[in-house]
Amino acid sequence: MTDKATPAKSGKNPKSSKDPFANVPHEPGAPKMDKIIVADHVKRRFGGLTAVDVAHFEVQRNAITALIGPNGAGKSTFFNLLTGFDRPQEGEWSFNGFSLHSKSPAQVARSGMVRTFQLTKALSRMTVMENMRLGAAQQVGENFFRALFPALWRKQEAEITAKAEELLVRFKLDAKKNDYAGELSGGQRKLLEMARALMSDPEIVMLDEPMAGVNPALTESLLDHIVELKKEGVTVLFVEHDMHMVRRISDWVVVMAEGKIIAEGPPDTVMANAAVQDAYLGSHHDTDLFEER
Amino acid sequence: MDFADLFTDAGREIFAPTTAAFALAAIGLNFHFGLTGLLNMGHAGFMLVGMYGYAITVREGGGMVLGLIVAMLLAVVFGLILGWPTLKLRGDYLAIVTIAAAEFVRFLGRSSVMKNITGGSTGIRGSDYKEPFESLSPFPSEQITIGPFTMHGTASTSWFLVLVGWSVVGLFALLFWRLSNSPWGRVLKGIREDEDAVRSLGKNVYAYKMQALVIGGVIGALGGVLWSFSAAVQPDSMGRPTTFWLWTLLLLGGAATVFGPILGSIIFWTALVLVRSLAAMFIPETWMAATEREPFSLVLVGVTLMLLVIFRPQGILGNRRELAIND
Repeated sequence: MTDKATPAKSGKNPKSSKDPFANVPHEPGAPKMDKIIVADHVKRRFGGLTAVDVAHFEVQRNAITALIGPNGAGKSTFFNLLTGFDRPQEGEWSFNGFSLHSKSPAQVARSGMVRTFQLTKALSRMTVMENMRLGAAQQVGENFFRALFPALWRKQEAEITAKAEELLVRFKLDAKKNDYAGELSGGQRKLLEMARALMSDPEIVMLDEPMAGVNPALTESLLDHIVELKKEGVTVLFVEHDMHMVRRISDWVVVMAEGKIIAEGPPDTVMANAAVQDAYLGSHHDTDLFEER
Repeated sequence: MDFADLFTDAGREIFAPTTAAFALAAIGLNFHFGLTGLLNMGHAGFMLVGMYGYAITVREGGGMVLGLIVAMLLAVVFGLILGWPTLKLRGDYLAIVTIAAAEFVRFLGRSSVMKNITGGSTGIRGSDYKEPFESLSPFPSEQITIGPFTMHGTASTSWFLVLVGWSVVGLFALLFWRLSNSPWGRVLKGIREDEDAVRSLGKNVYAYKMQALVIGGVIGALGGVLWSFSAAVQPDSMGRPTTFWLWTLLLLGGAATVFGPILGSIIFWTALVLVRSLAAMFIPETWMAATEREPFSLVLVGVTLMLLVIFRPQGILGNRRELAIND
């Protein structure tokens, strides 16, 4: 089994010689050893409905953290809040100690936190290669005036292209590089989106339901790519429904229900938690309906 | 009228200054719609702003260079005002605001309150502002015949204007080519496909959309100035139909292509003249009065636009493979 990647192998992080979660209590809002994201009292209300109400949340650096929960638990909303795509009414959250409060999605991305979307956003009428190049950060030719003078950006463009080719080989999309992204299958678009996100060398990749709509044949390779990311020192936070996937690759699981974090723990034990079972199945799931006659 | 005259008339439209002016304005629209996906439904407003800016400055003795600068600056300001509230919203809102703003400019221009400046609904006569431009002409001030075509060398719709007009069109086609094949153009194409995806990659989408709106608007304003050299500044000539013609010829030629606006403008104007003349030759007066022929040919423009969008949305020069992708 390629279960959880053995901590000893997991690359650059010096702390990884020992399980970073060894001393982390299995409770909501548990403090982590080396935190990359910290969120406090984040509240997002839509009219009378409180979609997200997270008291405290930390993400361990260079680990794969899963964010799970039943439908309507507020996972995706929380994700949007963290990445700047939505604004909470109150709360404070930071990335690497740098506050992301009222930062635009673009600023969040430039700070090293890149996300993907539940409904894949491949740029259909652009080629796979152009999609990849767009992912690169700090191409000076993206400035209007400098764009007029190719001499200023051509060398950088060649470097970006070389890097894109490398990533496309890794994601087995190199044969498709001149195809339009709209011609790819759903699973290939997911791969492209992930590869594109890596073009800017992010510190953390936020994947919103990476397995949604992906055929089983591609699932395995997607999972391997995510584990691979961690080996390279990238932190991964993902939202997912597929429990099989969560068990296989995540180091730590955070469970949300009704906008709150209700449990945290390693994947093999967190599902046994009574609060989690209540959230998924209802608190009376083990009472016999016919008892009160 | 016989067929020889008909073809001469239609052939003249291929290189006429008005064709060049519409091609130039359509290049501006191509920055908006073709590259960035912005639905600018008030491009005639940019043209009108440019015409007024140039004509008024020159009339007041500001000179040609200052006139062009004023025309472009006004277009920048117009673009900023339109884009500021709408570019953060979904595309439809820009369409609504631009169509209203273009009408606003037109009504403001023709209102009697502004009569001292804009000349009200009669506009500004060509003789008030054309002189500095025409004085630059190296051609003799007389009718010159080249092949079957006769035009004045210098004044109004002249060979000089043909030369200048198409040079400017060529220059801006080159600019479009350069920018659309640059990393800057790539960001715009990304925005056209999916704004949120581009945001998630760290690009300031709002700023890019604003840049596209302004540069396209400035080119539209220059198209207006070019147009005014062969006509007069008349607010009602830049109404909603102008905007729709620009859309028709852009979609006809092929949006997002370098030569689409040029080819589209040539075909559009040639076809319009052909239809008008053929209608005059073959439709008896008892069926359709002479005054009804003009509206009739414009009805055909509308039908053409519909057929185009339904059967060949990528236009003549567009890419078939791109069309196959519909999401």
